Amino acid sequence: MAVRKLAPEELQPESFSFSPETEAFADQQIAKYPPGRQASAVIALLWKVQEQAGGWVPRKAIEAVAAKLDMPVIRVMEVATFYTMFNLEPVGKYFIQFCGTTPCMLRGAGDIKKVLERRIGESGHINPDGTFSWLEVECLGACSNAPMVQINDDYYEDLTVDNFEKLLDDLASGRPVRKGSQIGRNRSEPFQAVNTLKDPSLYDGSVVGAWRKRFEETTPEGPTEEPGLEQRAAENPRAAKPDSGRAIGRVIETPANRAAEGKPPIDAKDRADAASKDRATAVEPRTEEAGIKAPESSKSYVANPSNPEEGRPASTMPTTPVAGTPPSEAETRRDGSESKPDVVVDKDNKTS
Amino acid sequence: MAKIIVDGVEVDVPAEYTLLQAAELAGAEIPRFCFHERLSIAGNCRMCLVEVKGAPKPVASCAWGVRDCRPGPNGEPPEVFTKSPTVKKAREGVMEFLLINHPLDCPICDQGGQCDLQDQAMAYGVDTSRFHENKRAVTDKYLGPLVRTSMNRCIHCTRCIRFTAEVAGVPDLGAIWRGEDMEITSYLEKALGSELQANVADLCPVGALTHKPESFHYRPWELARTDSVDVMDAVGSSIRVDYRGREVMRILPRVNEDVNEEWITDKARHIVDGLRLQRLDRPYLRENGRLRPATWQEAFGAIAARMKGTDPKRIGAIVGDLPAVEEMYALKLLMQSLGVANIDARQDGTVLSPAYGRGSYLFNSTISGIEDADAILIVGSNPRIEGSLVNVRIRKRWRVAPPPIALIGENVDLTYSYEYLGAGPETLSDLAAGKHSFVEKLKNAERPLIIVGQGALSRPDGLAILSAVAQLAQSVGAVKEGWSGLSVLHTAASRVGALDLGFVPGEGGVTAREMAQGGMDVLFNLGADEIDIAPGAFVIYQGTHGDRGAHRADVILPGATYTEKSGTFVNTEGRVQIANRAAFAPGDAREDWAILRALSDVLGQRLPFDSLNALRQKLYADHPHFAAVESVQPADAAAAVQALAGLGGTPGREAFTSPIKDFYLTNPIARASGVMAECSALARELKLEAAE
Repeated sequence: MAVRKLAPEELQPESFSFSPETEAFADQQIAKYPPGRQASAVIALLWKVQEQAGGWVPRKAIEAVAAKLDMPVIRVMEVATFYTMFNLEPVGKYFIQFCGTTPCMLRGAGDIKKVLERRIGESGHINPDGTFSWLEVECLGACSNAPMVQINDDYYEDLTVDNFEKLLDDLASGRPVRKGSQIGRNRSEPFQAVNTLKDPSLYDGSVVGAWRKRFEETTPEGPTEEPGLEQRAAENPRAAKPDSGRAIGRVIETPANRAAEGKPPIDAKDRADAASKDRATAVEPRTEEAGIKAPESSKSYVANPSNPEEGRPASTMPTTPVAGTPPSEAETRRDGSESKPDVVVDKDNKTS
Repeated sequence: MAKIIVDGVEVDVPAEYTLLQAAELAGAEIPRFCFHERLSIAGNCRMCLVEVKGAPKPVASCAWGVRDCRPGPNGEPPEVFTKSPTVKKAREGVMEFLLINHPLDCPICDQGGQCDLQDQAMAYGVDTSRFHENKRAVTDKYLGPLVRTSMNRCIHCTRCIRFTAEVAGVPDLGAIWRGEDMEITSYLEKALGSELQANVADLCPVGALTHKPESFHYRPWELARTDSVDVMDAVGSSIRVDYRGREVMRILPRVNEDVNEEWITDKARHIVDGLRLQRLDRPYLRENGRLRPATWQEAFGAIAARMKGTDPKRIGAIVGDLPAVEEMYALKLLMQSLGVANIDARQDGTVLSPAYGRGSYLFNSTISGIEDADAILIVGSNPRIEGSLVNVRIRKRWRVAPPPIALIGENVDLTYSYEYLGAGPETLSDLAAGKHSFVEKLKNAERPLIIVGQGALSRPDGLAILSAVAQLAQSVGAVKEGWSGLSVLHTAASRVGALDLGFVPGEGGVTAREMAQGGMDVLFNLGADEIDIAPGAFVIYQGTHGDRGAHRADVILPGATYTEKSGTFVNTEGRVQIANRAAFAPGDAREDWAILRALSDVLGQRLPFDSLNALRQKLYADHPHFAAVESVQPADAAAAVQALAGLGGTPGREAFTSPIKDFYLTNPIARASGVMAECSALARELKLEAAE
């Protein structure tokens, strides 16, 4: 997820007030909920406010929504920051949400991303003339038409580098563009040729009720006397829970079964077993195998760590300072470079 | 009641209990971070996982009800394991997750040694982590002068959010962003606007929110503790005073279900620096218009010389808001022996008096009784600043199921919704005459509660107002068998104790305000700093801080604050509580009763006790109810209401205003505190902002 933050102060508008349209929409949304529960409309209002403010939610708009819904501002702020579809920074006239999730990625979203980077620039920034900004988002659910982007409210699918460049050109110059698939395919119907659902009988009504016919054909001839419910239960006791209809290969040990056989419904041993603490949902405790060391950090904060495997049982460095040596030059002085070899240490402290 | 087996122990618990509560009843300890008894259940830290027999996964015991558990196959009670290998493994896993982003900065963290995460990592965690990525970094937030933040340490338990939204009633804190990026903050990092905000630092189970004023001053294991009682307001919250050597380092709340639950106000907690600043540490004597340091002998000599031959009618004694019962008792005995009738402990001019019975000045319903009230009328009080924890109780009652609540007085934000009836006594008269619809609600209530504040009582027509309130209480049946619904909310810690002692003008005596206005030759001022004493009188000030009283004094006798002496305080309910000594008074300052005892010797009227125990023995013999520490001796509220209702009188027309103008600066200790000054300035700023 991209890093999100509030727009800087200089981009925030001085004030924000609901347009009559937003106001009407807000009242309509609030009316959906019982009195006193008007806060439930917060997402709808933020959405509308985002529309009014040109695709993003300024701080003043958050405050306006809070005032409208009689909520603490921080509660509205929580919602606005939680949902990634509320933009908290200004967006371009055409806000491109580019899908980079696996199916699109496999179908060439990487090239589309390169186009975006080349033509618009870094993700989350508006291009100089204010027409475009883009953001990589998670799956937008049009995988069969991958790769795709969402521009403002519409999907543009089946993109290639060429048709995407053209799409951006057309949008920038205000020419009409085609929504949906950019290669002329109808919605998400098969890409090249229709291979499935070709059987004409599917469309002439002959398959309607076919399952019943098949069923009737396999029904044995002549009616047989159905045994009564009680008799059946006695002959073939079953668990109270209906089975799923699958073939049952063996008689299931159920309390009802055992009761029919005249045994106690629950075996004393089973009961004891079930009550046993270590049989509940317990996980076998891990036993330490001999010879395997517990995981430990490969780092050491000792200048000269002991390593018995290499035959280095203890430090060979001097531990006692030599008399007369200033502490900064003592051999025992450490600066951290032992444990972090990549860190360059300015021993003489010259730079600061 | 439902039966449940916890680790083989069968317990019988109410069905609405959670597994965590049931396990605690059964004696099993369950670690937790987000769960707190007094807050709503969040269930997001997962530390309280237990194993329920038959459940496929461990369940969060804080959010799982006993009634949600399935019985065994033969109707056996459900069984819970808190010590099984699964639970151990689950706890280890949760702890490893929590520590993934938690910095290893315990050595520089103020929470070290008092940290839930530290303790529980030791008890339930493992010693290694499999996490090799970078830790999350979060910018620190500004939350005001009392709470320091270090948000890297936050484990997102949301206790602070729930506290501010639920208990404090100021929905300032929230969690913005989501998932790993979640951050606790206030809107645009504004300072928290609650008088209870410092409690969030107590609630924080890690070191993300710590107390700013005392940060980096101590380690918890260096401190010794004394149980005590707060004197910043008349609620008398239970506190513990932690000290190192002879210095008080911090004040924390103690759990007391009857009074403060487990919260205290910011004022009660953060006046610590006021205890060591501006202190009077030696006697002073005014010579040629200037105060000069003196010895005790000189000071006593000057007093004795001045008192000698003065007509007792021209001697007076005023007691302020903070003295304990012991010294007030000693002063009363001394004044009695000198034949002085001009004694008064009501520097704010309140009309409450023991003459109408003890029930006429107590919070009769008791603070925990607020939770039983089913209609509440507040008259002339802003409980949010006059008794913040009383307000918390009212809010708690309101959150359970909002009862009708109404207010006559200043239209302020009390953190709950109420019906605003009017500003002054006229509304009260309307109400008493039955002209207002709220009377019906009070009448229909089984246990109506009327809270009267000092805003209505500390004014010349206070008695008439009190009488009108009593009449109203009678007419709505607020005081009856089993329910005393007329409650007086005090603002000063020592006021109820003084009224219990009868520290009011005797036969022919004059009140504190009259004494202050003149007519006295010698005025003994025991810690009264909220009153202006007119020039003329020779003022002996016995107190702790160089505040208004000391500036007007001719002789200053340095006393001890509530943390430096053992003293009895009676809260607004009439609950007798003892504040214990945590430290010693600075310099030559002495315990107040001992000063009065020594002075009495010099004045030739030696008081009949040589030790605090002897004093208390005599006190308990004279006033037996002071011996019943930690309890409320119920007063006869019905008789008091009867007496008050009979007084009658015509209230004025002036609107009620709270006697507390600035919550953070109500007494000399608070005024000496730099932290309180900062809070006060910030609160003023917020008020201005809100007014815009």
